[in-house]
Amino acid sequence: MSKKLHGIFNDDEVLLNAIRNLKAKGIKCSNAYSPYPVHGLDEALGLKRTRISIASFLYGATGTCLALLMMWYMDIWDWPMDIGGKPSWNLYKNIPSFIPVTFEFTVLCAAHGMVLTFYLRSKILPGVEPNVIHERMHDDHFVLTVEGKESDEAQIREALTQNGAVEIRS
Amino acid sequence: MSNVESSIRPALILGDKTLHDITEDVCRPIEDKPNKYWWMAFGLSLAIFLWWLLSVTYTIGTGIGVWGLNKTIGWAWDITNFVWWVGIGHAGTLISAILLLFRQKWRLSINRSAEAMTIFAVICAASFIVVHMGRPWVAYWPFPFANQFGSLWINFNSPLVWDVFAISTYFSVSLVFWYTGLIPDFAIVRDRAKTKFRKFCYTILSFGWVGSAKNWQRFEEVSLVLAGLATPLVLSVHSVVSMDFATSLIPGWHATIFPPYFVAGAIFSGFAMVQTLLLITRKVLNLEDYITMYHIDMMNRIILITGSIVGCAYLTEFFIAWYSGVEYEQYTFINRATGPYWWAYATMMTCNVVSPQLFWSTKLRNNLFVTFFLSIIVNIGMWFERFCYYSYFITS
Repeated sequence: MSKKLHGIFNDDEVLLNAIRNLKAKGIKCSNAYSPYPVHGLDEALGLKRTRISIASFLYGATGTCLALLMMWYMDIWDWPMDIGGKPSWNLYKNIPSFIPVTFEFTVLCAAHGMVLTFYLRSKILPGVEPNVIHERMHDDHFVLTVEGKESDEAQIREALTQNGAVEIRS
Repeated sequence: MSNVESSIRPALILGDKTLHDITEDVCRPIEDKPNKYWWMAFGLSLAIFLWWLLSVTYTIGTGIGVWGLNKTIGWAWDITNFVWWVGIGHAGTLISAILLLFRQKWRLSINRSAEAMTIFAVICAASFIVVHMGRPWVAYWPFPFANQFGSLWINFNSPLVWDVFAISTYFSVSLVFWYTGLIPDFAIVRDRAKTKFRKFCYTILSFGWVGSAKNWQRFEEVSLVLAGLATPLVLSVHSVVSMDFATSLIPGWHATIFPPYFVAGAIFSGFAMVQTLLLITRKVLNLEDYITMYHIDMMNRIILITGSIVGCAYLTEFFIAWYSGVEYEQYTFINRATGPYWWAYATMMTCNVVSPQLFWSTKLRNNLFVTFFLSIIVNIGMWFERFCYYSYFITS
């Protein structure tokens, strides 16, 4: 049976050191929570780099294509017009005046696609009940979640306290 | 603490605060009952809002002829107000996006409030677009759908259509940028909530955020990429607004200098508005330790530089009008400066070009009264710029 324990810290430097020391002892640090982004926390936990910026690029590229396709279909293919001596006969001749809309639509798709992906992947949406481990974990306290065998619990508790945890919650 | 403070730069937050002190100070205005200054500020804002509502109701009910506008091509006040408001919004995005890319840490005390200002400024700008139509119920006409009133599709060669895309993208991207940044802040208020109703509201607003390492990693990446997207976006928005004029063939309007010069003017007036609002906010909400003289000084420097760019653009325009040898162009510029509306031009020049030069003085940059006074003067100047360039033009 595996057991989860939450060590509460009140300093991010101490937290980072604790992760290093606990890992060296072979204790699995599965997650950490902080009130603000802590530099180096993702490396210490061994998290992979997020690919959300690649997703954003793909959304943006989709936006570029969709915008050009829309303008080509509406103004060139379906119903070309000559307004103010500026005709719309071919796409390549109209590209200069299509650039603003293409750019704006690219940004629109890249930004909204990325933010939606972020919300869905991180499971943050209106109505989600938060798992608040400590009432000050978004104020000035840090939480380190460790996992281990139930038989090792006393050992893990001791290791957490030794490494500066001010409180341990299960 | 892993935050290392620079020994050569002034502290960004005064008063030797712990993390918990900061949480307490920032949450106090939300959790306590508002003080009398807040009620005064709110009452004044509400009164002005009701006045606006009344005026807009009268305008829409009677028609835009109430301003003396009797042709379908001109926009009268609305073009002045629209461009002025969109410009004001730009400071918020500059602070939240461009200063993030430049790693200016002082932005953190003011970025959220400046972004909020951006969003409301864009709403104000959009309201003037809608009002100028005279028939706001047909405000959906510029969107791309197959219509039956003549053209079938909208004309993508038209800068007004570019504007629709630019403003709506700008508004919605600013909104998600602002809101995504707010989610962890809502989580703090949620965790501290004492009543059930408050807890319920902030749980919904905070989207169930917990600051896990993976969430923060994604959050940081999203902020960076959004800043990277918002930077060209904000520059494009006022460029597109300027193209509403610059792509026409009207003397005084079809100038290639318009896009950069509009963007500089936008940031200039936007920062002045940030100053006006934050000087009141820091007093009313007791945030003097967070929005410090250093922040005010930095913003005044930006006002000085962008004001000088705007001044330079005015002179360049004048020179090019003369150098072009086109008599209509020359007449427009001379008439703007010495014609029947010379007073508007003189106000613009004094407020936008002369007054920000006072900020070369460190003493004046660090004086709250001078800053507040000049921030209002600058926005009066920028309004007169919009007035000189677009509105009066149509009446002359």
